[in-house]
Amino acid sequence: MDGSTGLAGDQLMTSAMPGGRVELRAQGAWTVERAADLEQSVGRALGASKAVRSVDIDMGAVARLDTYGAWLLERLVRDIAAIGGEARITGLAPRFHTLVGAIGRTNLAPPARIRHNPLVAALAVVGRATLEALLDLARFAQMTGALAVAFARIVARPWTFRLTSMVHHLDRVGWRALPIIVLITFLLGAIIAQQGIFHFRQFNAEFFVVDMLGVLVLREIGVLMVCVMVAGRSGSAYTAELGAMKMREEIDALRTMGLDPIAILVAPRIAALSLAVPILTFVGSIAALVGGGVVFWLYGGMAPEIFLSRLRDAITLDHFAIGLFKAPFMALVIGIVASVEGLAVAGSAESLGRRTTASVVKAIFLVILLDGLFAMFFAAIGK
Amino acid sequence: MSEGAGEAIIHVRDLTVGFGAVDVIDGLSLDVRRGEVLGLVGGSGAGKSVLMRTIIGLLRQRRGKIEVFGCDVGGMRAGERRAIERRWGVLFQHGALFSALSVRQNVQFPMREYLNLSRRLRDEIAIAKLEMVGLDADVCEKFPAQLSGGMIKRVALARALALDPEIVFLDEPTSGLDPIGAADFDELIRTLSRTLGLTVYMVTHDLDSLHAVCDRIAVLAAGQVIEDGPISTMLASDHPWIRSYFHGRRSRAANNGRI
Repeated sequence: MDGSTGLAGDQLMTSAMPGGRVELRAQGAWTVERAADLEQSVGRALGASKAVRSVDIDMGAVARLDTYGAWLLERLVRDIAAIGGEARITGLAPRFHTLVGAIGRTNLAPPARIRHNPLVAALAVVGRATLEALLDLARFAQMTGALAVAFARIVARPWTFRLTSMVHHLDRVGWRALPIIVLITFLLGAIIAQQGIFHFRQFNAEFFVVDMLGVLVLREIGVLMVCVMVAGRSGSAYTAELGAMKMREEIDALRTMGLDPIAILVAPRIAALSLAVPILTFVGSIAALVGGGVVFWLYGGMAPEIFLSRLRDAITLDHFAIGLFKAPFMALVIGIVASVEGLAVAGSAESLGRRTTASVVKAIFLVILLDGLFAMFFAAIGK
Repeated sequence: MSEGAGEAIIHVRDLTVGFGAVDVIDGLSLDVRRGEVLGLVGGSGAGKSVLMRTIIGLLRQRRGKIEVFGCDVGGMRAGERRAIERRWGVLFQHGALFSALSVRQNVQFPMREYLNLSRRLRDEIAIAKLEMVGLDADVCEKFPAQLSGGMIKRVALARALALDPEIVFLDEPTSGLDPIGAADFDELIRTLSRTLGLTVYMVTHDLDSLHAVCDRIAVLAAGQVIEDGPISTMLASDHPWIRSYFHGRRSRAANNGRI
């Protein structure tokens, strides 16, 4: 049989079977551009070499050879050996000898894959997640403690506080956040009022919607909405900043200079947040009430004076104070979570992204949890 | 391999690259010949990295011509660019491994993008490449964050070599390595350039590398190549900067017994 393999007119390898042995003739460019064709040709050549003792591979007509070609030649030799044959390479140009020699030393010992029992793997995931949650708690407590120490030191030596840094962050998380916070809370107040009027109208109880709006906005929605916005807008920024500093060893540099990164980086940021969130809550609550008032006026047909006097009757200073009272605690939670996650960033870009996501998700979760705890607390003391 | 040895594979004429009011590279001309190892030295800020980044197309020139493989790199379309980029590999100073991918995936990344290979061949070639740069197959499933500095450079070199390029650009390949690791890396570059017939364009500050690896050295100062030739030319030069670079205190040990 004198069958030839490979693409017609463009063969990379042809085979012939004179007597009891196979002769393979390689030709053309055995390079990366033809790697896929080469692999097929080599596969066919191996098929042609089955059940034969001796295979000659003539490489004399190969014009170019790179690691891909050299490896496929080596693979062919190994595969022929594996099925009990013996391959000889002939005519290899001297300039290819070093390359073929180097590739021939490749040790393909497949990396030992450890097989996991799927049940054990599933349990391991649960276990790791549990441990991670506990560690999160520990890290949160640790950061709270470190912050307390840092602030205690600042109280003892007030001139060490980074006032400039705090003012800078106050500008970023407070002043620059105002437009978006005002817009969103205004819309929220308007939506609550519209829905309330629409549904309460059936009972002729539109008047009580003012009560609902006032209490809801001042006690709960104002502070919650602001905190969700701040966690997404500023908490994520804190995490990304601290994480990037961690990646570039800036935090380590601070430590080696005998400075506490908590006092220098975290304390001013959290102080700024604790000042900004109550202010934003106040402004946001007012914006929500204004938004509600506008809807009452345009949609509910209630004049602003009536809305205001009704509002004055409906709400007490307590509602307002409770909302504002919660704000700095929530700011603290957002700031601590953002800092913990930022300082936990490891080397990779992916880790930075994961930590930033975790920072926002955890901060929002904890803010809502804290709000629930506050609701239980205030209910218990009868406010 | 040895075909066309001596022809200029990179051909730079009257190149000017600048930022704002400053021209970092100012009327520079340089040839890199096929199969040689060229070392580029120069003071910090002399424009070594800028020149390399301009040649590989990361920065644009203000004037002048760059030809790689005889094609004008400045004026080509995206399709031609991709065809050219396949034929060179770049080792960045800090490795620039993709941190989200494992070592194996990093090395296979160019193959996946450019070639339609079977998974078996991809895996085998990745292991062969990693072994060529002196790593074991065990590192395959590790991630860049788990590797030492020297290993990162080796993996990055394996990735640069993934498509069997004709030219590799090395940006300070031995910086950040200990002297033993650096010497090993020099040896590796020498071996690879001989085995694969590579043309190597190497930016370096390492005098030992210049002695051990480079066929030719080009010295960059004031935006131009002020001297160009083998190490003996450098040692004989009387340009003050080259004298202090190659005859300074740090260079004596490197020169010892090799002149």
